[in-house]
Amino acid sequence: MIPKDLRYTKEHEWVRMEGEEAVIGITDHAQSEMGDITFVELPQIDKEVKQSAGLATVESIKAASDIYAPLSGRVIAVNEALEGSPEVINQAPYDTGWICRVSVTNPSEMDSLMDADAYEQYLEASEK
Amino acid sequence: MPINDLKKTPLYEEHLKLNAKMVPFAGWLMPLQYTGIIDEHMHAREKAGLFDIFHMGELFLRGPAAAKDVAGLVTCRIYDMHPGRCRYGFMLNDKGGIIDDLIVFRISEEEFMIVVNAGTVGKDEAWMRKHISPGTELANESAETAKIDIQGPLSGKIMGDLAGQQAVEQVRKYHFLNVEISGMPVLLSRTGYTGELGYELFFPVEYAPDMWKLLLAQEGVKPVGLGARDTLRMEMGYSLYGNDIDEKHTPLEANLARFVFFEKDFLGKPALLKQQGKGVSRVLKGFICDSRRSARSHFKVTSGGKEIGEVTSGAFSPCLKRGMGLCYIDSGSAKEGTGVTLTDGKVEVAARVAAIPLYRHKTQDPRHRTGKKS
Repeated sequence: MIPKDLRYTKEHEWVRMEGEEAVIGITDHAQSEMGDITFVELPQIDKEVKQSAGLATVESIKAASDIYAPLSGRVIAVNEALEGSPEVINQAPYDTGWICRVSVTNPSEMDSLMDADAYEQYLEASEK
Repeated sequence: MPINDLKKTPLYEEHLKLNAKMVPFAGWLMPLQYTGIIDEHMHAREKAGLFDIFHMGELFLRGPAAAKDVAGLVTCRIYDMHPGRCRYGFMLNDKGGIIDDLIVFRISEEEFMIVVNAGTVGKDEAWMRKHISPGTELANESAETAKIDIQGPLSGKIMGDLAGQQAVEQVRKYHFLNVEISGMPVLLSRTGYTGELGYELFFPVEYAPDMWKLLLAQEGVKPVGLGARDTLRMEMGYSLYGNDIDEKHTPLEANLARFVFFEKDFLGKPALLKQQGKGVSRVLKGFICDSRRSARSHFKVTSGGKEIGEVTSGAFSPCLKRGMGLCYIDSGSAKEGTGVTLTDGKVEVAARVAAIPLYRHKTQDPRHRTGKKS
């Protein structure tokens, strides 16, 4: 259920590395907790972010959540489809619900992210 | 409050079977959503949604002086209420502030049912007890009375199939009738909190699971939780007690003077008259955001950098596909169409003051053009 090829943060963001670029989104757990997503504030292209800094904002019916950068880098693409149809994140959080693409400045930061098994254990532990 | 202290409605197990996400509300463990708030919201607007509303309170006043007592307690017009009629109104404190919003049902010449909010039943009962005549019986029958709402364009046909078409056609807006559904006695009222054609069913608590299952089995019916109940009422501009109205706000400030009948005495009237003379500085108005971004309760309303009000309810409108809500705003800036900026200090949301209902439905209950009427 939790894609094996991705890496995860404690804040429920996922990363897919494609060379020196990282595709970023939020996990199925995150979208399910939030409920129907109604608005996404995408980052600006060329925005520089440090790991764990604010990257984007996702709003659901009742509340807003900040999305944090899993890795440091520069934003090179955003998923504009989310502007008109933010619910895509609920429907396909690992796929067409991707939020943005970042050109990574410090690839070693990947070591601080969880793999699928670790994220699964993390979820089980936090549900106790 | 610890989860074990929360009260469960008779339909708790049913909600779990339907995979509801349960949340605390007013001391109860209630279904927030089943399939998703937007899905349930649209289902209530297009077909028929079913709501477990057991948590609301039902207070009965009986006796030869009950009518006089009720008239003194609430802002609604009582003297010309015939049995089978119900009206929306308020109980006010000495400052004209709203103790609760409620609906008064005249069951007979000497019997009234007053339906109140879940979080305020105790407060309301104590207030009533202080002010009724010695001969009037006041009974809190909330624990014995189940309430299920069915709301949506299909609800008329569904209730007609279950209670008899002729009977249901008799029930006009803000009226009610005693019917029988599969041998179960029901007070069926044409009232609701969504703006759609709909009914509220009051009946003995022991029938709750059977009634719920029977209604859910009808074609076009889906369960709807409190999340969608909130977005549905907000699109109509209906106030939620505790958010938009409370003891610190009067019906005049809440723009609900039409539910106050001034040609009689009632608790809180002198304060209201005084306020009528002076005018209100801030008034409750609707707003629609320019984008999908929502503003939330406690966001400030600003114009030209100056604070001119505060948001009391805010959410995403599934029908408008924009942010929406209600706010108190300086009377001078309250004109519909006025552009404002809603902000929590970090996020800024552009919006416009708007008339309620915020969403106008083409199949909307035809007698319901301007909100609940007394």
